[in-house]
Amino acid sequence: MLKKLNCYLLCTALICVLFSSCGYKYMDFETDREFNKDFAGHVLNVYNWGEYISDGSYEMMDVNREFEKLTGIHVNYTTFESNETMYSQLKSGGVSYDIVIPSDYMIERMINEDMLRKIDTSRLQNYHYIMDDYKELFYDPNNEYSVPYSVGMVGIIYNSALIEEPEHSWRALWDEKYRDMSLNFSNPRDCFMTAQMILGQDLNTTNKSDWDKAAQLLKDGKSVLQGYVMDEIYGKLETGEAAIGPYYAGDYYTMQEINEDLEFFYPEEGTNIFVDAVCIPKTAKNYDEALLYIDFLLEPEVALANAEYICYASPHSAVVENEDYEYFEDEILYPAPEDFDIGKAQYYHDIDPDIRRYYEDLWIDLKLY
Amino acid sequence: MNKKSFGSRLVAAPYLVWAAIFVIVPLVMMAYFAFTDNSGAFTLANISQIGRYRKAFAVSILYAVIATAITLVISYPMAYFMTKMKVSSQRMIMIIVMLPMWMNFLIRTYSWISILANTGIINTTLKSLGLPTLRLINTPGAVILGMVYDFIPYMILPIYSVMTKIDNSLLEAAEDLGSNAFSRLRRVILPLSMPGVISGITMVFVPSVSTFYISQKLGGSKNWLIGDAIEYLFGSGPDYYNVASALSLVLMVMILLCLAVMSRFSSDEEGGVIV
Amino acid sequence: MKVFSRIYVALILAFLYAPIAVMIIFSFNSGNSVWVFESFSAQWYTDIISNTAMIEGLRHTLTVAILSATIATVLGTAAAVGITALRKKITRSFATTVTNIPMMNADIVTGVSLMLLFVFFGRILGLYESLGFITVLIAHITFNLPYVILSVIPKLRQTDKNLHEAALDLGCTPLQAFFKVVIPSIKVGIFTGFIMAFTLSLDDFVISYFTCGHYQTLPVVIYNMTKKTVTPDVYALSTIVFATIFVLLILYNMLQTKSEQRRNSNVKKA
Repeated sequence: MLKKLNCYLLCTALICVLFSSCGYKYMDFETDREFNKDFAGHVLNVYNWGEYISDGSYEMMDVNREFEKLTGIHVNYTTFESNETMYSQLKSGGVSYDIVIPSDYMIERMINEDMLRKIDTSRLQNYHYIMDDYKELFYDPNNEYSVPYSVGMVGIIYNSALIEEPEHSWRALWDEKYRDMSLNFSNPRDCFMTAQMILGQDLNTTNKSDWDKAAQLLKDGKSVLQGYVMDEIYGKLETGEAAIGPYYAGDYYTMQEINEDLEFFYPEEGTNIFVDAVCIPKTAKNYDEALLYIDFLLEPEVALANAEYICYASPHSAVVENEDYEYFEDEILYPAPEDFDIGKAQYYHDIDPDIRRYYEDLWIDLKLY
Repeated sequence: MNKKSFGSRLVAAPYLVWAAIFVIVPLVMMAYFAFTDNSGAFTLANISQIGRYRKAFAVSILYAVIATAITLVISYPMAYFMTKMKVSSQRMIMIIVMLPMWMNFLIRTYSWISILANTGIINTTLKSLGLPTLRLINTPGAVILGMVYDFIPYMILPIYSVMTKIDNSLLEAAEDLGSNAFSRLRRVILPLSMPGVISGITMVFVPSVSTFYISQKLGGSKNWLIGDAIEYLFGSGPDYYNVASALSLVLMVMILLCLAVMSRFSSDEEGGVIV
Repeated sequence: MKVFSRIYVALILAFLYAPIAVMIIFSFNSGNSVWVFESFSAQWYTDIISNTAMIEGLRHTLTVAILSATIATVLGTAAAVGITALRKKITRSFATTVTNIPMMNADIVTGVSLMLLFVFFGRILGLYESLGFITVLIAHITFNLPYVILSVIPKLRQTDKNLHEAALDLGCTPLQAFFKVVIPSIKVGIFTGFIMAFTLSLDDFVISYFTCGHYQTLPVVIYNMTKKTVTPDVYALSTIVFATIFVLLILYNMLQTKSEQRRNSNVKKA
C-alpha cells in the first residue's frame, strides 16, 4: 500500500515537473513601447557566454522570458564557455544561431572570414544609448557588424581567508606557496595572456619566439596549478576549493555575493581589456527577430538588469549614468585613471592565421605536457 | 519453402542498408578525413602527428588497464558471492547493482567531487576529527576511481550471468574427485567463467580508455587523456577535424586490436576447457 | 565465509551507492552548493520547474529514447529474423560484423564519425544547420539496433521451426504465421531489446553530445551545467529520476516473481 502511495506521489511530482510552470515568480518588465508581434511562434537561437544574462534568479528580471512575453518569439538559449568554442560551433555548420555574443578579437576574425551579417543599426530604436567610447573600435571600425554588450578587464581573485594578500602580479599564479590551490584559464588566449604580461610582451605579437617563451613559462608553472578552468572557477573559489585564480572582473562580484572572503586586484603588469558585442551570424535564420532581440537588450531597464546581474561594465549610457545602478562609478568595473593606468590594458586582436595556428598548437602541447 | 526464406531474408535488408550508411560510411569518412588535409588532398601528416599525443595515449591506456584490473578484482568475488545467495536475493541484488546504470553517469561522477574535494565530505570529516586532510581530487587516483565506479556494473553483470550457468554437478563431481575449494575455483569456476570475464574486461576497458568526462571532472583537466584531446580538437572547428579524425582512427584501431587479442585469448581458454 | 561474503557484498553496494546518497542528501540542501550542506530544504524541487533548459532537455531525452527504442525494435526484430535466415556466409559475416561494430567501438568514435557524416552531408546540401533532432535520433537508432538484434536472435534460435511450418500448413499466410506464431515466441527477446535500447538511449551522453546540435538531451544539458556552477536542482531532478526508476524496477521485479510463481504452480499441476 505504501509503495503504491509512493508511486502515486512520484507520478504526480513528475507530471507537475513536466507540464506545469506554476509558482514561478519574476520581476515584471514594463514598457510603453509596442513590440512587434509579427514573429510570434518563431524560434530565436541565442548563443551566449555562461552566466551572461539576467535569468530570473536572485529575484531579478528573466530577460529571455520577458522578450518571449512581449514578442511571442521563443528564445532557445544556449551557452558557450570560450570564444574558440563558439567559433568552432558556428564554423562547423552543425548548428545555426541567430544571435552570438563574442569578444572583440573573435568578432574581428569572424568579420575577416565573412561569417557575420551586417546589423542595420538604423532599425534599432535604442542604438543611441551606446556610448561613443565603444563605437568605431578596432574590431568593427564602422559599427556595421556588432552592438557592444559589455566591457571588462581580467584580474585576479583570491580568498583572503585562505591566503594572505599576494603581491599584485601575475606571478602569483606561479607561486609555489599556492601549490594545488591556484587556477588558470582554460582557453589559449587568456591563459597565454597571463604569461605574456609577466614577460612584458605585446599580446598580439607575431613573433613566434615570443609565443614560445610564453608557452615555456606556462609549462614551468603547470605543476603548481590545481587546474585549468573556465566557469568552474565560480564553484571552486566560492567553496574554498581553490584559493586564487584569474577571471573577468565582473565575475568577482558574482562570486563575492556567495563568499565574502574573496578579494580582487588588477596585476601591476597590466591586463587584457575586452568588449563583448552582439552579432548576427551569416547563417542566422531569423534576421528580423534577431534585430528585435538586440533592440530589446538595449532597453534601459533590460540593460540595467543585465549589467547588475552579470556585474560587468556597461557600454550603455542609460545604465552608466543611472545613480541607482548598483555599480554606479564602481572602482573595479569603472576604474578611475588615478587607480588604474588604462594604457597598460591591451585588447586582443585577431592575429595572422599562421601565428594563430602556432599558438593554438603550443596550447595543445601545454595540455599534453 | 524457398520463397518463404527469401522473404524472411529480405526483412533484414532495411537494417543492412541502415547499418551500411550509418555504421560503415561514417568510419570510412573518418578514415578519409584522417588521410587528407583541409583541401582534401591525400596526406600522412595527420597520422604522423600522433607522436605528439603519445603521452596522452600512454596515460589513457595505463589508467584504463589499472581501472579494469581493479574492477575485475573487486567484481569477481562479488559475482561469485551473488551466485551463492538465495535466488530471490540474487535477483534483488542484481537490480540494485543495475540501478545506478539508469542514473546519469555525469551526475554520479560529479557527486564524487562532493566526496573527494578539498572541502568535501572526507576532508571535512578528517578536519573535524583533527586529522590532517588528504589530497584526493585532481589526482590520477581520483580518475581511476571514477572509471572503476562508473563501469563496475558492466563487469559484475556478465561474470555473474556466466557463473549462474555453471552446472552445479560439475562442482560436485570435482568435489567427489577430491579437489578442495580453492582448486575447484581455479580449475572449474575460473575457466568456465572466462567468457564473462572477457566481456566484462571489454565493457570496462573500452569506455575507460576513451573517456573525457571523468578526467575533466575528477582529474582537474590538467592532463589530457586521449578522449580529452579528441573532444577538444573536434570542438576546435573544422580546421582540426583532420587531426582529430586521425586520433580517433588510431584509438579505434588500438581498441579493436586489443579486443582481437583478447578474443583469441578467450577462445584458447575455451579450447583448454574442452581438452 | 558466509558472513564475509555478506560484508563484501554490502561494501560493494555501499561503494555503488555512496555518490547517489550524496546526490540525494545535497538535493535537499538549502544553500547553493553541492559541497557544503547548510540546512534542509526542498526548495530545489520546486525550482526545477523554472529551469527551462533542464525540463526541455528531459523532454528531448524522453522523445529521443521512446522514438529511437521503438524504431530500433521494429528494424532490429526484422533484421534478426532476416539474419537468422541468411545462408550465404559472406552476407552473414557482414551482418554480424556490422552489428558488432557499434558495440565494440568506443562511444566517442561512434559519435565523432557520425558527426563527420552529418556535417559533411549538411555542407553538400548547403544547410545552415546540419545537426538537430533528426541526426540525434538517427545516432540513437544506430547504437540501439545491435542490442535489439542480439537479444532477439537467441530467442529465434530457441523457437521451434516446425511451429512456423505447421502454421503455414494449416493455412496461415506467411505474414499471419509470422505475427501469430513467430512474434509471440520471441516477444520476451523483443521486450528485453526494447528496454535495453530505451535505457541506453536515456543514459547516452557522448554520442548525443556530438550529434544533437540545438536539440540538447538531458545528459548534454547536464554536461553544460557541470561546466558552470552546479546547483542542487540538477541533483533534485536526478533524485526524482532515480526514485521513479527504483519504483518501476521494484514493481517489475514483483510482477516477475509473481508470474514465475504462477508458472511454477502450473508446471506442478501439469
